[in-house]
Amino acid sequence: MTRRARLLLALAAVLPAAAALWPLWEVRLLAPQYPEGLGMRIFAYTVKGIKPNDLDNINGLNHYIGMMPIHADAIPELRWMPWILALLVLTGVVAAVRNSRRLLMGWLVAFAALALAGLWDFWRWEYNYGHHLDMESAIIVIPGMSYQPPLIGSKQLLNFTASSWPSGAALALGVAFTGAALIWWTSRPRRAAS
Amino acid sequence: MPCSRIRWSILLTALVVTVGCKAPAPQDLVNGDAAKAVYVAPGQYDEFYAFLSGGFSGQVTVYALPSGRQLKTIPVFSQFPENGYGYNEETKPMLETTFGTVPWDDTHHTELSQTDGVPDGRWLFINGNNTPRVARIDLTRFETDEILQIPNAAGGHASPFTTGNSEYIVSATRFSVPIPNADVPIESFKTNFKGTLSFIKADVPGKMDIAFQLLMPGYNYDLGHAGKGPSEGWFFFTTYNTEQAYTKLELNASKNDKDYIAAVNWKLAEQCVKEGKAKAFPSRYAHNYMDPDTRQAKVEFRTSVQMLDPAACPGVVYLLPTPKSPHGVDIDPTGEYIVGGGKLATVIPVHSATKIKAAIAAKAFDGDIGGIPVLKYEATIAGEVQKPGLGPLHTEFDGKGNAYTTMFISSEVVKWKLGTWEVLDRAPTYYSPGHLMIPGGDSKKPWGKYLLALNKITKDRYLPTGGELAQSAQLYDISGDKMKLLLDFPTQGEPHYAQALPASVLKDKQVKFFSLAKNSSPWVTRAESEGNITRAGKAVHIKMIAIRSHFAPDNLEGVEVGDSVYFHVTNIEQDWDILHGFAVLGMNTAELILQPGETRSMLWIPRSPGVYPFYCTDFCSALHQEMQGYIRVSAAGANVPLKANTSAKAATQISRLKAVPQVAEHQHGAAGGR
Repeated sequence: MTRRARLLLALAAVLPAAAALWPLWEVRLLAPQYPEGLGMRIFAYTVKGIKPNDLDNINGLNHYIGMMPIHADAIPELRWMPWILALLVLTGVVAAVRNSRRLLMGWLVAFAALALAGLWDFWRWEYNYGHHLDMESAIIVIPGMSYQPPLIGSKQLLNFTASSWPSGAALALGVAFTGAALIWWTSRPRRAAS
Repeated sequence: MPCSRIRWSILLTALVVTVGCKAPAPQDLVNGDAAKAVYVAPGQYDEFYAFLSGGFSGQVTVYALPSGRQLKTIPVFSQFPENGYGYNEETKPMLETTFGTVPWDDTHHTELSQTDGVPDGRWLFINGNNTPRVARIDLTRFETDEILQIPNAAGGHASPFTTGNSEYIVSATRFSVPIPNADVPIESFKTNFKGTLSFIKADVPGKMDIAFQLLMPGYNYDLGHAGKGPSEGWFFFTTYNTEQAYTKLELNASKNDKDYIAAVNWKLAEQCVKEGKAKAFPSRYAHNYMDPDTRQAKVEFRTSVQMLDPAACPGVVYLLPTPKSPHGVDIDPTGEYIVGGGKLATVIPVHSATKIKAAIAAKAFDGDIGGIPVLKYEATIAGEVQKPGLGPLHTEFDGKGNAYTTMFISSEVVKWKLGTWEVLDRAPTYYSPGHLMIPGGDSKKPWGKYLLALNKITKDRYLPTGGELAQSAQLYDISGDKMKLLLDFPTQGEPHYAQALPASVLKDKQVKFFSLAKNSSPWVTRAESEGNITRAGKAVHIKMIAIRSHFAPDNLEGVEVGDSVYFHVTNIEQDWDILHGFAVLGMNTAELILQPGETRSMLWIPRSPGVYPFYCTDFCSALHQEMQGYIRVSAAGANVPLKANTSAKAATQISRLKAVPQVAEHQHGAAGGR
């Protein structure tokens, strides 16, 4: 890798650190009675309401359908994810310093695997929230209805339109991965000109 | 205009004015684009908040302009069963006075606080006329926060007009009375009866107090306004009944050709008080204040005022002769012109601030009254508006050099030009306007787009509703040369006066709910698990939460007949416009309405054994009809143990909302035992 490519790689490797500042995902809920919307932001390390009381209010509404309250403390992944991202930053920087395409390849594979695992885990949480309802305390029971929010995109859940989209940190991760993959590709050894 | 000539010929009779003056058909009253000018599409906002005095409702009503839609009633001096104001334990103290609880009053003048002579949207002040009081309404919450009683006064009419930075608001006595009040023959009016002008320190919430009172001749004091610009530092009050009549005033108080506008140099008065020229005058009065943290009102009784005799502070008051039983005294935006509304006068007299000051310097006096110099009419008068109409009352300004005066008897608004005193336009009102209001129209910077006429008589304006009708207001577009009638809408009580300001000043600073974490009521219940029932002698305190869609606890036992049962209900919602209510079968008070995060308390003394249901009165959610509970009342001495339980249904809901670690446990189980 050229000096420039290594510098860019180091830069790309540091990008996942954006997750310390920005959320990975955003779920927004709109309903006739909530024209201003409710929403939550999923960070690598916590889940927060968009407005200060949004999460409590979402949990309050969810009690009608028997959905378990969403609390960051109940999601162990939020304790590991910062470390995984830190490891990703570290190994990416090491690949740049060591000038190792092999290490970079390994980094890319691990990154992709982790990203897919993360998405699957997120989907699984959504599935569980949406399907494992406490029917004892559910007030509104519609046979066959589940309340799984979409992974990406919008979906109508009773009176709410739930929209789920990647946010700042997820975009930073995407840029980091694409950037690093491009560097890997462009820095491939070329056949010497004859 | 032939029509107005006919009106002149029947001066003061105010009888039939229809001779040769056919009223236009309703469809001819407005031009075609009026509907568009006042139509505010669904979901759109109006341009102005208008605060109308509720008159004999004792409240303030809030309307939106130009649509004329009513937004709210703010309870002030009258109990308000709709939200429990003056009935619940937290707000009952707001209505305390030295006369005991006074649950009603007659509000007259709304007054927005000002900065540099311009309405700033911090507070709205309003007076209680019958039992003289002034109130401060906070405009981030639209709630009455403070009420100050005015001692040594009767009929707080010339109130609560403000100085340019709301350093002071004023209150003058309508009725002169013995001061201090005493058992004297009414015939001793001329010797024993006096008036007072009160200056109330108003610039710090919770700290309203009477800075000083001026002891004045025994006249009726009617209205007031602070000077600005060249009249800065002066306050003007109209007087009538300078005849000092005490019976059949309609005749006996209308004899003098001129009464007075009292010009008070309040800066000098302030200085005289500071120099110790006022006397401490024993006077008991109440100051009621809503603590912002506990949201509980407190009463404190004060015992003295500083009473300043004008004789002890020469130059503090001058009297300006003004025809005839003047009502309004209105100062133009520049502060140069002081317009008197002589309700029985045939002209509108306008005094000049510059000429007043020159007349004082030149001692152009026409004698004195009890040591108060009377200035010569010719020395202070800037001009008179000739033939303005009949019964001029109040004037406001558009900031473009024009004045608008209401004519009570000839039922019209008259537009005239400051400086030339020529009448430019007249528009009929329906019927008999008292005050009129231009947003900011009494300030340094009027928003001179609309004019609202506030009428005293309604008659045929709306679908009839028996003998008692709503009052009426008319909105005019005054942006052009001619006034254009846009809208006619009914109003509550008697909207004596109104003030308005652009919506943008208030719209974005509204409190949407109270923080539960910051709720410091001694009776707050912050979580479902914290509700309880406790007894202290005959008093039983029940701490309870309300959340969609249950109370907790909701099954109560151990109460006995004759106990003082206090329900302390906290709405633990933290979301805008999610209110709950609370009412018990047979209660002898009004419901509680609970804003999110707020605690309110109701006192109930059960009279017979039985089981009494309570329920949520503010439709809160899809399960609102399920939001209810029971309280069991046993015979005195039955000794049923105290119990505060929750029903099975509420209990399952509660279990879900327990502290976080427990929820986490639950979570794992439900999510597949990870």
